[in-house]
Amino acid sequence: MNTPLLKVENLRVHFPVKGGILLRAAAYNKAVDGISIELEQGETLGLVGESGCGKSTFGKAIVRLLKPTEGKITFQGTDVTDLSRKAMKPLRRDIQMIFQDPGESLNSRLTVGSLISEAFDIHGIGEPAWRRSRTSELLEQVGLPAAAADRFPFEFSGGQRQRIGIARAIALEPKLIVCDEPVSALDVSIQSQILNLLLDLQTDMQLSYLFIAHDLAVVKHISDRIAIMYLGQLMEVGGADEIYADPRHPYTRALIAAIPEPDPARRNRPKMILQGDVPSPINPPSGCVFHTRCPHVQDKCKAEKPALRNLIASDGSPRQLACHFDL
Amino acid sequence: MTAQPDNTEPLLRVDNLVTAFDTENGQIKAVDGVSFSLQPGRTLGIVGESGCGKTVTALSIINLLPKPAADILEGQIWFEGEDLASAPIERLHDIRGDRIGMIFQEPMTALNPVHRVGRQIMETLKLHRDITDTDALKTTISMLEKVGIPSPEIRVSEYPHQLSGGMRQRVMIAMALICDPALVIADEPTTALDVTIQAQILELLQEMQNTLNTSVIMITHDLGVIAETCDDVLVMYAGRVAEQGSVEEVFNHPLHPYTQGLLSSIPRLDMPRKTRLQTIEGMVPSLTDMPVGCRFNNRCPYADELCIASYPKMDGEDGAHQAACHHWRKIDSTLIRGTVT
Repeated sequence: MNTPLLKVENLRVHFPVKGGILLRAAAYNKAVDGISIELEQGETLGLVGESGCGKSTFGKAIVRLLKPTEGKITFQGTDVTDLSRKAMKPLRRDIQMIFQDPGESLNSRLTVGSLISEAFDIHGIGEPAWRRSRTSELLEQVGLPAAAADRFPFEFSGGQRQRIGIARAIALEPKLIVCDEPVSALDVSIQSQILNLLLDLQTDMQLSYLFIAHDLAVVKHISDRIAIMYLGQLMEVGGADEIYADPRHPYTRALIAAIPEPDPARRNRPKMILQGDVPSPINPPSGCVFHTRCPHVQDKCKAEKPALRNLIASDGSPRQLACHFDL
Repeated sequence: MTAQPDNTEPLLRVDNLVTAFDTENGQIKAVDGVSFSLQPGRTLGIVGESGCGKTVTALSIINLLPKPAADILEGQIWFEGEDLASAPIERLHDIRGDRIGMIFQEPMTALNPVHRVGRQIMETLKLHRDITDTDALKTTISMLEKVGIPSPEIRVSEYPHQLSGGMRQRVMIAMALICDPALVIADEPTTALDVTIQAQILELLQEMQNTLNTSVIMITHDLGVIAETCDDVLVMYAGRVAEQGSVEEVFNHPLHPYTQGLLSSIPRLDMPRKTRLQTIEGMVPSLTDMPVGCRFNNRCPYADELCIASYPKMDGEDGAHQAACHHWRKIDSTLIRGTVT
């Protein structure tokens, strides 16, 4: 059996909420609360959820920008959960990240060329002349002129800055890129350009993506599998087409129904509108975390947390569902 | 269907509006010759990408432009028989909040954090109506109840920070509707909200509009929100109107290549995964550096000499659905996915 590229087991990231005179941890924000998932080489896993569900925290923990509270992260068979910064460094060549706001994630004092070749400097790759020519190649690969290397990030539009962010991320030819809302800040006509670029790069470089976003239409377009997250936990995991065609979890159904569709003919379709707000991750509901908003809630849901159980989808592919019932 | 009388006077008619900002690089026309009208009880969507002038158009209607940097240079804004573009500011004070309500994108910045939400809603009421404090409070509580705020008699004395994002937006809606306005301008009212909360707020807006028969201008970048909530739509590009018409006509038979590009570049849930999306090449030109002729000519697949020579007038087969394109007859709207032919 192949080892998956990335294997996450029961990952928890809890942030202390400090209070009192001594600023002791009065409570914990359970941003990520027991997530297990695998990612294969060349695959795109979409991670969808609303703000505060912990999807970005999960992404940052995978890249080890945050230290997990509990659980295990295995990358290519190596346990990376507790590696020191030094031991982590060679692995950083293989795991990269693209951020939502390229205006904030690029150092405004560096030229685009030095922003990209910084990766070669840090890892001691190549001679200066090679680094320069490789930087030009990378810029062209992401659809920017090689002359962009001598300019500064502020001279570029949002879409172009995202291209610079992508050039940085692919410079070391990584295996996995964590994309944290990479197109949410972009206008629609630019968003499609960036999505096309990410699809092309995946084909050319056999990249794997962990694609984190709140827009289910975008995630479904780019992903092979989708994981639906709510209050730090996974509600449902499955093939992207399966999740959309046959959502099993009430939350997934509500998410799909809530997307405004750009087709006036579909305006009067039956809608399922969830009541209430997302509860606080500091004091999540008992039992199933979704029970306070679930239209099918029963007594069992309030008392007992449903396990993420394995199912077989109608096309024979594996699926997982965290619900007591088969609705 | 009964035929609507065609002679109804529009509630709002904007004629050739030009709004400009003074900047270090000289005067910039953020809105450059925009005209449209809105019938009573209808919802008009204004859609476009960042910087297209959709918000400035809305702010011009009630003259909430950042002064002194921005001002209306030309045009008329006819609302209930008077021209708001030339009305004195005192008159606008009377109209804002009373005849025209506003809902902004970010209720946390639009609401005053140091006042209780009830007081902020009552302020509008007391400004425009001769009403006692007790009655104002009663009206406010019943309005909070109408916009779906649970236990309104408690919420009325809470501060904005004690409410969730969705609840704050409900408070904004209550404030906009408290004086029973003829027109509500909603500027990206759901952009800052999560998708399940967005669905709640859009439903509420439609419910309120149906009960109160208010006209709505819905400003958004989200074509989905337009398709779900609007009767008519105005597509803006680089400070001008690219296309206008009923939502059905514009979405199913777009006449302007920009509208066509927008509609075909959004990923849809029912299209094959991991396929290349249509794109509009290049990017929106800067307001300081507009192309000569049609402003879309540097990104348009149909552009020719005519498009560089002159800016196209609004044209179309009928007065209701028009586009600013020299070549609208050539546009093959069947290229848009989802078109029923």
